[in-house]
Amino acid sequence: MGEAIILDDVDRRLLRYFQSDPGASAADLAERAGLSGAAGWRRLERMREAGIIRGVEARIDWAALGYAVEVSLRIALDKGEARAFDTFLAAAREVPEVIEIQTFLGRVDVRLSVLARDMAHYQQIYRDRILALPHIADIEALMLVARVHHDEALPL
Amino acid sequence: MISLDTIDRQVLRALSEDATQSASALGRRFGLSQPAMWKRIRRLEEAGVLAGRRLKLDAEALGFGVTVFLGVKLGTKGRVSLEDFERAVRAIPEVQTVEHVLGLYDYRLRVVARDIADFERVLRRRIMTLPGVGDVEANVLLSEERRPGPLG
Repeated sequence: MGEAIILDDVDRRLLRYFQSDPGASAADLAERAGLSGAAGWRRLERMREAGIIRGVEARIDWAALGYAVEVSLRIALDKGEARAFDTFLAAAREVPEVIEIQTFLGRVDVRLSVLARDMAHYQQIYRDRILALPHIADIEALMLVARVHHDEALPL
Repeated sequence: MISLDTIDRQVLRALSEDATQSASALGRRFGLSQPAMWKRIRRLEEAGVLAGRRLKLDAEALGFGVTVFLGVKLGTKGRVSLEDFERAVRAIPEVQTVEHVLGLYDYRLRVVARDIADFERVLRRRIMTLPGVGDVEANVLLSEERRPGPLG
């Protein structure tokens, strides 16, 4: 990451447009923010260099690939073991159906998002791969019914 | 259902890291012509597998130092309208994602805030006043990583 920079209202406006339309070109974003193409590009480039803009990623719809089931597993680890976190996380990364790993401060230590084609497949992953992960003290499952809202936009 | 070969999987993985790569750049990387790569990308878009793009920003550098996940249980008193709750929760700018789930909670929310004091303000003024809201559990995010998933 580059050095911290101070953003002005125009930078924030560019980011807001970019956030709501990540496919837009730099020229498009500049025009919407009332800037020349070159001025818009310079501002975006500066925010990229400072590490504020980290890039644009494609969103994959796993359901369209046949993964109809998504389960959020909330896990408490056995903290008596000094390296419990590290060994657990390393093992969780080896499970291909795990698409997200988060760690927390709170009642939950780690959360895994797990994909499966159907409930039978989920049961198989849960028994063979998840329950085999080290240092689990407690596990709770939340099954995803629907994503009501998911743009993950920051309130700039 | 769309079937994927090895190159499709590699392309999906590459685009999920950087969606701005052109068909010609991806073609060069995976040994295909630009039109052949373009056709593959188009097919993945048409099947709905490539479902849009997301801008990755450094939340902390933008002043959002705290991300909290909330498990929300709706109250059982009277009739609780899911629509009312969903409409109201989506209107809160600090709420980034809303997932309707089955299990211990009814909804899972991702909330950003400037710091813990700011989070408390959002929790008290915005979340606890939502229609139908019952039990709320908060867990502060320490780290997160996205994995490539079952793309081989």
